[in-house]
Amino acid sequence: MREEVREFIFKNFLFDDSGDSLDDNDSFLEKGIIDSTGMLELVAFLEEKFGVRIEDEELVPENLDSVARLVDFITRKKVPS
Amino acid sequence: MCGIAGIHNFRGTKTESLEAVSRMLSAIFHRGPDGFGAFYDREVCLGHARLSIIDLSGGAQPMSNEDGSVWITFNGEIFNFEELRAGLEARGHRFRTRSDTEVIVHLYEDYGAGCLKHLNGQFAFAVWDSVKKELFIARDRLGIRPLFYAERSGSFYFASEAKALFATGALERRLDPAALDEIFTFWHTVAPRTSFEGVHELPAGHYLVLKAGTLSRHKYWELEFPEEFSNISFEDAMDELKALLVDSTRLQLRADVPVGAYLSGGLDSSVTTALIKNYTGSKLQTFSVAFEDENYDESPFQKEMAKALGTEHNEIRCTYGDICDSFQKVVWHAEKPILRTAPSPLFLLAGLVRQTGFKVVLTGEGADEVLGGYDIFKEAKIREFWARMPESNLRPLLLKKLYPYLPAFQGQSRFYREAFFNNGLNDASDAFFSHRPRWEMTSKNKMFFSEGLKSAIAASSPESMMKLTLPAAFKSWPVVARAQYIETRGLLSGYILSSQGDRMAMGNSIEGRFPFLDHRVVEFAATLPLHYKIRGINEKYILKKCMAPHLPERIVKRTKQPYLAPDSKSFFKDGQAADYVEELLSERKIAEYGYFNPKPVSLLLNKCRKGTAIGFKDNMALVGILSTQVLHRQFVEKFDCSGELPEGVLKIVNDNRSVLLCVKK
Repeated sequence: MREEVREFIFKNFLFDDSGDSLDDNDSFLEKGIIDSTGMLELVAFLEEKFGVRIEDEELVPENLDSVARLVDFITRKKVPS
Repeated sequence: MCGIAGIHNFRGTKTESLEAVSRMLSAIFHRGPDGFGAFYDREVCLGHARLSIIDLSGGAQPMSNEDGSVWITFNGEIFNFEELRAGLEARGHRFRTRSDTEVIVHLYEDYGAGCLKHLNGQFAFAVWDSVKKELFIARDRLGIRPLFYAERSGSFYFASEAKALFATGALERRLDPAALDEIFTFWHTVAPRTSFEGVHELPAGHYLVLKAGTLSRHKYWELEFPEEFSNISFEDAMDELKALLVDSTRLQLRADVPVGAYLSGGLDSSVTTALIKNYTGSKLQTFSVAFEDENYDESPFQKEMAKALGTEHNEIRCTYGDICDSFQKVVWHAEKPILRTAPSPLFLLAGLVRQTGFKVVLTGEGADEVLGGYDIFKEAKIREFWARMPESNLRPLLLKKLYPYLPAFQGQSRFYREAFFNNGLNDASDAFFSHRPRWEMTSKNKMFFSEGLKSAIAASSPESMMKLTLPAAFKSWPVVARAQYIETRGLLSGYILSSQGDRMAMGNSIEGRFPFLDHRVVEFAATLPLHYKIRGINEKYILKKCMAPHLPERIVKRTKQPYLAPDSKSFFKDGQAADYVEELLSERKIAEYGYFNPKPVSLLLNKCRKGTAIGFKDNMALVGILSTQVLHRQFVEKFDCSGELPEGVLKIVNDNRSVLLCVKK
């Protein structure tokens, strides 16, 4: 999952496929990687790729603002509660 | 409207000089296909390509004063020429024609550079005073008509478009790296910089004097906001604004050919159209762009307005394919990288106007800058309000009221919206506080710049270039006035009136006229208290109030829509880009031209092929990179401006005989 998320971020926001310019804990916001519409692209990708549904109130940096947080968030979502 | 060109101190024979000027005119044939003239003396050669609008039989140019000592080549309109003429005749000047051109010649004789403050109009012209041996070149206050110039090996060249300068063969053709830096920040270059190294643009409200081998540039007009805004009552301000708009519309309808109007479906062009119908009694034809993509289409509002005013309405329907197919021509005319495709439909619209038999259209351009229509003004107001209490939870909620027409913007979570507008929030005294979020967003696409381009621009900064152009009082103005200044002096002349305006219209031999940009309207609006223009976050409030009686309620109450056209989507069909797009964005061509990094561009191209490039940033990147590549191909790699001017039509005016010159192709 981590690799898929990283690949998406690199190809769609960084336009770079070398894979070495972003640490898993780097904040997308602080690094200016994802803008307002980027957020929508990201959510669409997560929903399609991992079969989850993301609610509006889940659109917060705690869930989405780094590769590590995204992986955590999706992992939690995929575990049926 | 017309195209002008000229050379001072040409190193060559008379024939060579005239041939060079005829090549220049050939390159801008589209600006004036109705007639061609040239004036020659030992020091200077002036050329003119004419689109005849006033005094169809007598207005040929270049034109002189009574004794042939002062000559002019002029592009544009002087709307108050009849009033000026009366004064000049009273002072003993004799007129040979009924044209506005001749008025400038005599005014210049009387006042020199001081003639400019008498002119109400849109103009770029050159006057040669053969007694003083002085070349005087001026451009209108707001930059409606273009003027480019260059110096090489002791010779001075000027023309309405840069391509005419290159047509002389005397200049190298290179894109200026700093221009790309500026365009990928502001969407325009900061005049006098242009896209091309060594080619300068005369900034709006400036003139040049070339005398004894020395070139000097002077500012004669500036957009100034007062230290204290006027204490005029709202009712009086409404009456005065309306009276000024009625008068500017009346003046701008002066022409010896029929005048049409654009109708976008929004407030501003509805106002100009209503003014024509209600106050001048002119029979009117209106013109609109409708879009295949309904997200951009405003045709129901256009039709409603046309019906309400009883105009004869014409419409062109713009498809994705139309935008793609016209894009290379659009860049050829714009002579600049563009970050949006919005100029393309306007180019097609001007084509429709031409086919319908019109040469002149009035539009609503300028109202947003002058009367506070853009969301960036409201955005600045809200951000400043928020900056005064950054810990407030409620103040930033106002941001959601902005950009109601952008689904992606409306769909984002509060946190991300606030993170975007928080940019630069800690310093409301920052000169560019209002524009910080927009410019930083646009600048992100510099990540596509090649290492070579990045190192070429490392020492300069677009913002510091723009700071140099600001008037001294700028710092003391309120945030919204500063934002209005930046929009008017920057984007309006650098993009809206040029890439989207003059070039697209003149590309089809059409002249645009702009009642909101009459300098009396601009100057009056600048004195008004800001809340007359934007009340709370209700934009162009005073305009809506004073024009409401003449407009359908639905038009006045309508949420403002910015003019947009489909961007990256236009270039792709079934996951495949048009041939020229694939080629120019290929890793090979990107590497060959050297402005961008091939790999990231190919990833962007992939994203666009899949149709997932939905944001502003990606769309600006694609259109910006593609237009830069097109520009390089057309102006640097191969340059072909021949073939427009028919052979043997140039008339030499000063020795009173028609010399038919062959244009060398």
